[in-house]
Amino acid sequence: MTQLPSTEFHPRWYREPVSTYWWIGSWRYSLFILRELTSVAVAWTVVMLLFLLRALLSGPDAYTRWLHRMQSPVLIVLNAIVMCFLLLHTITWFNLAPRAMPVRVNGKRVPEVLVAAPNYGLWVVASVVIAWFVLRTS
Amino acid sequence: MSKPSNEGFFWLLFSAGGVVAAVFLPVILFLFGLAFPLGWVSPPSFEHLLALARNPLARVFLFVLCSLPLFHWAHRFRFTVYDGLQVKHLNEVVLVFCYGGAVLGTLVSGYLLLRM
Amino acid sequence: MADKIVLEIARYAPEKDEKPSFQSFEVPFRKEWVVLDALNHIKDKMDGSLTYRWSCRMGVCGSCGMMVNGEPKLTCATFLSSYGNGAKVRVEPLRYFPVIRDLVTALSDFLVKLQSVKPWLIRHDDVPLSAGEYLQTPEQLDLYKQFSMCINCTLCYAACPVVGLEPTFVGPAALALAQRYNMDNRDQGAEERLGLLAHPEGIWGCTFVGECTRVCPKHVDPAGAIQQYKLKAALEWVKGFILPRGHEDAGKEVRP
Repeated sequence: MTQLPSTEFHPRWYREPVSTYWWIGSWRYSLFILRELTSVAVAWTVVMLLFLLRALLSGPDAYTRWLHRMQSPVLIVLNAIVMCFLLLHTITWFNLAPRAMPVRVNGKRVPEVLVAAPNYGLWVVASVVIAWFVLRTS
Repeated sequence: MSKPSNEGFFWLLFSAGGVVAAVFLPVILFLFGLAFPLGWVSPPSFEHLLALARNPLARVFLFVLCSLPLFHWAHRFRFTVYDGLQVKHLNEVVLVFCYGGAVLGTLVSGYLLLRM
Repeated sequence: MADKIVLEIARYAPEKDEKPSFQSFEVPFRKEWVVLDALNHIKDKMDGSLTYRWSCRMGVCGSCGMMVNGEPKLTCATFLSSYGNGAKVRVEPLRYFPVIRDLVTALSDFLVKLQSVKPWLIRHDDVPLSAGEYLQTPEQLDLYKQFSMCINCTLCYAACPVVGLEPTFVGPAALALAQRYNMDNRDQGAEERLGLLAHPEGIWGCTFVGECTRVCPKHVDPAGAIQQYKLKAALEWVKGFILPRGHEDAGKEVRP
């Protein structure tokens, strides 16, 4: 920041230092940090997917072992937590996106709820389609 | 006047990855991380999944599904580390860890999907 | 029991104090009083040395912003009744700003940042006054009107953790004001401002905490403005990447 001059009447300005744990101080800041940490859940899920792909590449036995390993209680608990973070990411992402990309119709700004709603619709459809591809029996 | 920085490029990757992650990742984690291990649904057979992953369109989709969300993570996690722990002085380490991780993950996914 | 409310006010005198301390004042609890009325009561009746800024008392001048119970607020629009009879209310200077005395913050740095975004109409042509006014339709006005409502109260700076962590960050109000001029169809300075603000201490410093928008008394939505600015900057980057030459030439053409 620009260095502030001190004068006869203002021998010094007091500046409060920011605590390293500023994000614990208020629940709004905590929620923000949780929102930012959803990125770790995103990376975790991708890594899980990479291990699945590796197992598929290695053959049926590897795939069975992978399925078996995913049943470990530790992984299930972790995945349950990761699931919560992924949902937090999806919800915050869809709710904030209309602020970054305002939609205008006839010069009037469309309410954010109406912009976010189709995203949720798309999310449901995409989820159903993927589940169908994975689960359908040929 | 300073030249516009390349932050815009990384922000675009972050945003695109955020969309992909928001739309597609929850269902994948739900199926493979919770529903199959807990026996709520019986997992698909090896042959079925392999056939699915070998489909060219599915390969492209899986590649996007792996790489973009990793760049989303890299960007967001970088700022979380900066702000949450106030470690701006470790700038290079954080940059290499985040974007290096994303590039590595992208290469691994590309390799796996090409060999599939 | 008489109706009372206790204000715990941060006091700081640079000529003798190392850092601020709190002093409590018991003031009448009146349902029509705002925090600023209570401060005026203290200055008039109890301690004339209490120092703070205020002017219009109607949420327009933007000078009476303070932290009230840890929240950035215009004290002229914050009623004592929202804290309840007998409550303790903490009044501090706006967070992250250097404190000059008591509740008065130093604004020099903010003003430098505000000016740095060139918040005025930039034109490359020199149209004489006799040519008349620049015309604008209601739709064109509507594009930026929300971002033009800022009263420079600096509540958004006190709400933004990035401002605290990164003192060189240009900050919400100034960036929103830049976007206000970018989106004005009379302005031709968007490219010039982008050169100044598309850097890590400009728009890319923002992590979309969104607190600036929540505390803004004029509903300016600085967070939205900055994200829209990021999108525009990112698309400009792509354009410059795909058409490096054409892009450069296009930039030169509009320069006189």
